[in-house]
Amino acid sequence: MNYLVLKNNQRVPVNSIPVVKYEDFMETIVSGLMKDKGNHCVNYFGYNQESKVKLICCIADDANHCIYVLSAIVEQTAILPSFTAHNLSFEKFEREIHENFGIGYSDHPWLKPVRYPFNAADKSKTIANYPFYQIESEELHEVGVGPIHAGVIEPGHFRFICNGEQILHLEIQLGYQHRGVEQLFLEKKNLLQKATLAENIAGDTVIGHTSTFSKLWESLCGYQATPELEFARTLALENKRIAIHTGDLSAICTDVAYQLGNSVLGRLRTPIINYFQVWNGNRLAKGLVRPGKTNFPFTKELGKEWLEMINVYEPDFTEMVKQMFDLPSVLARLEKTGVVSTEVAESIGIVGMSARASGVNRDIRLSHPDNLYYKLNHKPIVKSQGDVLSRAQIRRDEIFQSIDYIKQLITDIPENLKYTNELSAPEPDSFVISLTEGWRGEICHCAITDNKGELVIYKIKDPSFHNWLALALSVRNNEISDFPICNKSFNLSYCGHDL
Amino acid sequence: MLNNLKIMYHQGKQFIPNVTTVEVPGIFRGRPIISNVKINEDELVNICPLHAITKNPVSIDLGKCTFCGECAFAFPDKIKFTKDYKLATNERNGLIVVEGQDKPIDLNPKLIRKEIHKLFGGSLKLRQVSAAGDNSCEWELNAAGNVQFDMGRFGVEFVASPRHADGIVITGPISENMAEPLQICYDATPDPKIIILAGTDAISGGIFNGSSALNRSFLDNYKIDLFIAGNPVHPLSFINGILHLIKMRK
Repeated sequence: MNYLVLKNNQRVPVNSIPVVKYEDFMETIVSGLMKDKGNHCVNYFGYNQESKVKLICCIADDANHCIYVLSAIVEQTAILPSFTAHNLSFEKFEREIHENFGIGYSDHPWLKPVRYPFNAADKSKTIANYPFYQIESEELHEVGVGPIHAGVIEPGHFRFICNGEQILHLEIQLGYQHRGVEQLFLEKKNLLQKATLAENIAGDTVIGHTSTFSKLWESLCGYQATPELEFARTLALENKRIAIHTGDLSAICTDVAYQLGNSVLGRLRTPIINYFQVWNGNRLAKGLVRPGKTNFPFTKELGKEWLEMINVYEPDFTEMVKQMFDLPSVLARLEKTGVVSTEVAESIGIVGMSARASGVNRDIRLSHPDNLYYKLNHKPIVKSQGDVLSRAQIRRDEIFQSIDYIKQLITDIPENLKYTNELSAPEPDSFVISLTEGWRGEICHCAITDNKGELVIYKIKDPSFHNWLALALSVRNNEISDFPICNKSFNLSYCGHDL
Repeated sequence: MLNNLKIMYHQGKQFIPNVTTVEVPGIFRGRPIISNVKINEDELVNICPLHAITKNPVSIDLGKCTFCGECAFAFPDKIKFTKDYKLATNERNGLIVVEGQDKPIDLNPKLIRKEIHKLFGGSLKLRQVSAAGDNSCEWELNAAGNVQFDMGRFGVEFVASPRHADGIVITGPISENMAEPLQICYDATPDPKIIILAGTDAISGGIFNGSSALNRSFLDNYKIDLFIAGNPVHPLSFINGILHLIKMRK
């Protein structure tokens, strides 16, 4: 076989990953594995090996709950046939490989820069001199937005080409948030520094990224997280989902000028994130998840407090969303706005909540379950329309689902167990891939160690990586005034993308 | 209509009546207190992932601290994090907490420019610039304007354009790719203007300090009017810091 079959968080010797010729590599992936609709690429990246570049591709098989991994070694100066020409979901991976290593592609449609990293192959290109795509016409005009936006949000540039009020094309250029996170993972030698780094990848996905990192690191060290640690991580992931989805529904109300919904849902987010403060002293749960340990054991008392909190939250939330989804003035703005069809969603490889809103049943909690998800018998909520309304409904429904999951979890709180465990050093020459379903979607971290157990590469894929293209496509032929609502309905991460 | 009224009725009163004295729920990690207990100082210094702790005397630089609390777990008799959310000052050294001293973090009135109280005392409009911020401080700054914290009651608001602003609030460690937009934004803000650094990442670079992808030279060129510690900054830390700055008379 040309590839290795792995489970989520399984550690393997790095030399057990088959190295094949690029032609066979491409053939196996594009004409083989990716032909199955249940498979999608969770990570595809390169790293320097002597003077060459080793490419590693990870394809997740959702039906069989496994991940196929294979690799190829190519020259830095190589000009290769692209995967993208056959399967669009590879377009950004190949752009990234081109940007980082200078590898050329003979038939890639657009090798647009991804994030202008400090260690790019071609340093003459800067974010300031990026030539945006243009269409010559007397009837069209361009609208440039950003990098600094009107609200208190992260930076990124949106360039619209419009025909009157209608958007013909939206180009998104990111990279302003690039902090060199992947490189810092190699430079910071202390585990606590690495964990701190993981929780600062994206401040809105603290639990998602630190759980993924912790699972990966524990696997590298040959340690299986105890049920009490897995319990805390599962509960925290679901509580975070409730918090962010509530805030997003509030923001959607803001953008359709529904003041009541904005205020009420905005204030309903507060008790959920304050609960994290009650549990671990930080409203965004920074400091909660650590590899092999937690400083904040979940107690019966905390379970009781969560129930008290949610019993106050739930009636107010239910009343508010019922009204919101009944109001014609709200629905008129959400329905058939920013549509991503199932076909488009599948072709560009979007993940998470946005994929499920477009009828793609993609959810790591079901397909590659970790922590305590196997116990919850998770059934993903899937909508079919792919519009802003679907993405809003998914949030509403997932909030109720997460409440239900936490209620199930806290009937059986592991208590007075061991919360601190010594981790041994990471195993040398190993490879681990770790997947977690955060509130936004699938988070993927990959790591490879050298013969001393030090990291050679740490590769992060935030769900936003693919989903930004979905936003760009969703606004085509919409009114430009509907852009904010489309953007909110995806709520993508800039820093998670730029790293 | 009736439904909307019913919903409004069910909300009751949500706002925090006094944002300067309210107690935060839970075990919030705010200003630490360092006791005079003797411990292995080298071990303590090495625990901190951000190198915020120094010895002789033992002190914590809250401009570098990420408030993870690891030091307090390892040496509970030495370090305690209190729930004091007033973490703002106008002197960089004002964020350094030294052993044996339990005093609130405050502004140095001598360093506050005269015009600040006069011009901004009743109304302060701010332009926020996320310069590679991780979206946690941005979140909390948005929360400062929600119906509970309601910063707007003091005339403090975030505005869409730097041209409408009296100052800028920087979050994040300032990436190379954001250095120029930040400068342009600052230049576009009319004089007199203030600069606020919100959060550990902005104040010291945080965990990203030393990364080749950063460019923090902007900070070398201007005087900073307010440093607000936190990772992220708590809405109450932000509001109290601003109020101290604009209400204090020399």
